[in-house]
Amino acid sequence: MSRPVSEEEYKKKLFNRVHQWIRGEADPYMGNIETREQQERVLNKNVLARYKEDQEQVIKEVFDKEHNRFYKFFYRFYKATAVICCVVLVLLLLITVSYLPPVGNPGNPANNEVVEKYIEDAVKDTGAVNIVTGMILDYRAFDTFGESNVLFVATCTVLILMRDDKKKEQKTVPVKKQYEPKSDSILQKITALLFPIIVIFGIYVVLNGHLSPGGGFSGGAIIGAALILYTNAYGFEKTQKFFTEKTYKWVSFCALTFYCLAKSYSFYTGAHHLESGIPLGTAGDIISSGLILPLNICVGLVVACTMYAFYTLFKKGGF
Amino acid sequence: MVIEWMQFLLGTGLLIFGMIVFVLELLGTFKFKYVLNRMHAAAVGDTFGIGISLLGLMVLSGFRFVTLKMGLVIVFLWLASPVASHLIARLEVTTNEHIDEFCEQKVIGDKEEEGCKS
Repeated sequence: MSRPVSEEEYKKKLFNRVHQWIRGEADPYMGNIETREQQERVLNKNVLARYKEDQEQVIKEVFDKEHNRFYKFFYRFYKATAVICCVVLVLLLLITVSYLPPVGNPGNPANNEVVEKYIEDAVKDTGAVNIVTGMILDYRAFDTFGESNVLFVATCTVLILMRDDKKKEQKTVPVKKQYEPKSDSILQKITALLFPIIVIFGIYVVLNGHLSPGGGFSGGAIIGAALILYTNAYGFEKTQKFFTEKTYKWVSFCALTFYCLAKSYSFYTGAHHLESGIPLGTAGDIISSGLILPLNICVGLVVACTMYAFYTLFKKGGF
Repeated sequence: MVIEWMQFLLGTGLLIFGMIVFVLELLGTFKFKYVLNRMHAAAVGDTFGIGISLLGLMVLSGFRFVTLKMGLVIVFLWLASPVASHLIARLEVTTNEHIDEFCEQKVIGDKEEEGCKS
């Protein structure tokens, strides 16, 4: 049923328009809605003087402690109430603290069967020698998914706030150079030596998340720090060759989507008591413990990209 | 038995020496007034003190895989920490307008001047 479509016809199609909208090339409101440029607000001197007069009048009349009896009463009442509220709150908290169980008591409610279950069955259930990773990426995987999403949303918010849109207009002026870190030959030589080592160490921490302390979050932070070091030494032009806004978006999107789909699958099969079909392998091997290794990689990618994105956004407002 | 005692004494001796270097670093950091002087004192601890302390730990831990990791930590710190100190010093030299008042003599060679201004 597929037939060739001419270019003009293709441009009108819904798919093309949606695709353009996703890539940010076309604005659906452009040309369809009446818009006017925002004008700068101009105040003349008389109006400003009147505003100031009004303000002074208000301050004079309302906050006049000596003549305004209501304000005088409220002022005293407010202070007394604040003190009473603080004292009551402090007392409540202290009383609650006095009822807390003592530290280190074996009969504490924290030492219950949940902890025993985790310690006894974690290696058997998840296949991860590092029980902490088994917990955050298997038993409580949706919690970690939420954390990764929080990072992504935070970057999006910072992108909205800090993005420098005027950059395209001022291409002739070398404003960009202001944001460039100063090139230092000592730093560059040392970075050339250390950057690969740091990245390899980060990858090691990510891949060994289920075997040794570490995992996606710490390994991703190490890789992000390495990227920031590289930017500081060589400037943004070098990093823009392999890391742009597009890279960031696609890497984060793919990692989060894979995480969501993989974990949804395993929770779906788990809830219906089905075999998930993902082999756990022998505990202690690199390729073992089912989904934990790919999920660690996803989390590491998101964290590394977020660290670097924050740095560049705060430094120059863009990637 | 003798070797173990030697190991223990050497390791603890190096650790204590490292601690003394750290104390000297702290004293210098709080005693000096000017940034570059204080940074000189701080850099002593960052390189020499931590190197000696980690060497003591390496001797104490014996011939194991952890020892190799500690050696790599020393190499990393000796590469990274002086560079960080250098960058801070450079920032001070480039941004402080009245550096002549603090330093006895400003080097006015071609290369140094370039390095300061770039």
